[in-house]
Amino acid sequence: MGALDIINVTKRFGGLVAVNDVTIIVEPQTIHSIIGPNGAGKTTLFNCITGFYRADEGEIIFDGEPIQYLPPDEIARMGIARTYQNIRLFSNLTVLENVLVGMHSHLHSWFIEPILGLASYKREEAEAREEAMRLLEFVELEDKAFFLSKNLPYGEQRRLEIARALALKPKVLLLDEPTAGMNPRETEETMALIRRLRDERGITIVLIEHDMKVVMNISDVISVLDYGQKIAEGTPLEIRTNPRVIEAYLGRGAAMGLSEAA
Amino acid sequence: MRGFPWRETIRAGLLGSVVALHVSLVGMVEAFSRREIVKDVVTLGQLLLLLVVLSAGYWAASKASKRNKVYGLLAGLIVGVIIGLVLAALALSIKPLHMRQVFANASRGLTRVLLFNKKGLAGVATLLAVMGGGGLVAGLLEILPSRVRRPLLYALTAALTLGLLRDIFAVILPRSISRFFYTSSGLTVKGAVVLVVAWALYFTASEMWGQRVRSSLEALPPSQQKTLRWGSYLVALIILLILPPLLGERGGYVFEVLDIVGIYIVMGLGLNIVVGFAGLLDLGYVAFFAIGAYTMAVLTTPELPAVRQYIPPLDFWEALPFALLASLLSGIILGVPVLKTRGDYLAIITLGFGEIIRLLVISDALKPILGGAQGITGVARPHLLGWAAKTPQDFFYFILVAIAIGFFISVRLKDSRLGRAWKAIREDEDVAIAMGIDHVATKLTAFATGATLAGLSGAIFSSKLFSIAPHSFNILISIYVLSLLIVGGIGSLPGVVVGAFALVGLPELLREFAEYRMLVYGAALVVMMIYRPEGLWPETLHVAEYKHHTSSTTEATTASAGAGK
Repeated sequence: MGALDIINVTKRFGGLVAVNDVTIIVEPQTIHSIIGPNGAGKTTLFNCITGFYRADEGEIIFDGEPIQYLPPDEIARMGIARTYQNIRLFSNLTVLENVLVGMHSHLHSWFIEPILGLASYKREEAEAREEAMRLLEFVELEDKAFFLSKNLPYGEQRRLEIARALALKPKVLLLDEPTAGMNPRETEETMALIRRLRDERGITIVLIEHDMKVVMNISDVISVLDYGQKIAEGTPLEIRTNPRVIEAYLGRGAAMGLSEAA
Repeated sequence: MRGFPWRETIRAGLLGSVVALHVSLVGMVEAFSRREIVKDVVTLGQLLLLLVVLSAGYWAASKASKRNKVYGLLAGLIVGVIIGLVLAALALSIKPLHMRQVFANASRGLTRVLLFNKKGLAGVATLLAVMGGGGLVAGLLEILPSRVRRPLLYALTAALTLGLLRDIFAVILPRSISRFFYTSSGLTVKGAVVLVVAWALYFTASEMWGQRVRSSLEALPPSQQKTLRWGSYLVALIILLILPPLLGERGGYVFEVLDIVGIYIVMGLGLNIVVGFAGLLDLGYVAFFAIGAYTMAVLTTPELPAVRQYIPPLDFWEALPFALLASLLSGIILGVPVLKTRGDYLAIITLGFGEIIRLLVISDALKPILGGAQGITGVARPHLLGWAAKTPQDFFYFILVAIAIGFFISVRLKDSRLGRAWKAIREDEDVAIAMGIDHVATKLTAFATGATLAGLSGAIFSSKLFSIAPHSFNILISIYVLSLLIVGGIGSLPGVVVGAFALVGLPELLREFAEYRMLVYGAALVVMMIYRPEGLWPETLHVAEYKHHTSSTTEATTASAGAGK
């Protein structure tokens, strides 16, 4: 049993089968990439895992429990965090507040504690702030803690989104195209960051990515989706030489990036 | 005249004319002209027309003066003359064209007001001179450097506002001072001059040295800044507390107005939690106000035999918890069905909820319990140790306490875990959920908190009025509260106070406004949304926090520099 087991999951939208009988076992503390052409069902699969879509068939097992019927906030509290393909920060909150929102499920105060100004509440908030600052240091944003997040440059917004997801203390982190729109240097830095997440924090990473250099470089395992179906799975080397993948996916123009990476 | 922007100038003149015609024909000019701002010099009606000329002229001048300063003056003048000509045409054609058959407000009175109480050509000449002069002033203001223009504009605005608020200040100032500044209506001429000069001096001083004072204040260590801030709050509080005994009998009217403003502030603080913090657009907020008011009334009135046979009338303090509880529960009851809806749909549902409550209250079926269309009288007054609240001054204290509670709750929750969850839901609900936020509990808490504050406000309202009737709880109340939030700055706590004074206090003082209240609201909202969408007093927390952060780093550097010495 892996850190996250996706077993025979199918998701339909009317007549369209967006995810078709997909089984992916994500091993603990690995970087597991999911690739495939546009519309292959990658983001739909993410939405099924995080509970925003309900899988029509199949099971998703996390922490030994089926989670496909749980509401999204409960799944998040169990330890699955995600980032988004198009950055979705809380744009009118400060950088620090964004991270603090991510820590929501690890804090306890509600209505009455802040009203009474209890000592335990103040301690909890102070500790939360400290921890949030540590996370911001981890992604090198501590200098911008009091900026509105909408005022950050693009690359920093991506890093803040990762910091916010980390604040959830996830066991599994789903990253949806984390290097999209980045220049080569930023991409390099993000890859290093993702590796550190696995190696230093022991987080299992599921990655959707279009940049073949990133995928081939960083992944322990790659699953390939096409038209909602899993057509191949294996190490980067296996995927690179798999004839079905080359035919269905890499044949369509991406082969160049592949040969460069090789 | 090369490069003179004829098109823009004429367009500004025509646009100004349309606005001037509109305010004249809906009757605003005539109604407002009954209020003098400076005795025998300028009335509010004339000021309204002058404002139109000033804004249109200023706009045209700003286009024209880019090329040549004199062009700016000229453009202002042309705009003024165009508007003057159009108004003169209106004034002269009202009678011969029998315009009154179409425009009910195109009366002989309007002609008189437009022609400055003069007949025929003399009137037209005066009108043209005043409007042209206004345009010229607009052009002059535009080409003046901003360090002169701003103090001048502020001084005029301040002085005119003081003239407008005669009914308040003439009453609360000691007789001798008030005789100098005020007549039976509006300012005296010498009073007006003194005020403009004094304000101009003040604003010039603040223009020249304000920045230095501010930065030297900011240079103070945070602990001293804090002392200073709390000190100023304390002074304000003491002034508020001693004001009623200080003014004595004379203050009745003032506190009548302040009480109404205060009741709206409490409601505004509650709605600010729902709309400003949590981003849930609630258009039926009046429902909770009504529920608080009616719970208080039903439980305390000696009337309503259908109720009294089961429970004896309670006193204010016994009924208050029930009023709060009822509004809190109704907040949750409304909250549950609307949890899944967002934006427009939420607004429509809440709108419906507000109407349901109003129709229940007015219905004949519930008349034995809720009093029907006549409402309920004999609502209990609050009492403390044998002293019972009766006058507006007494209620002022209770309302102050309610405002303090609203402020306290808002301030404490704003940056708490719950407040962050509200703001996260406001920003992006899906992501908030993906961060593990329980959106059901979070939204319901927002609805319940907002509803309880509205209930508190309603309970005090019904007790203060002694009697309540369904017509006090129509949809307009919801709109007023929402508008005051928008005008003040949504999500901002001082904005609630500023918005309440601007949108509730002013119309309450200027009864001429009553008929045109919605027109003025609409215009104010449009102007606000275009020129100042963040509100009159926007939320400044982030800036403050940021400043604090940078100032603590500068402090660190100065400290290390000091150590190096």
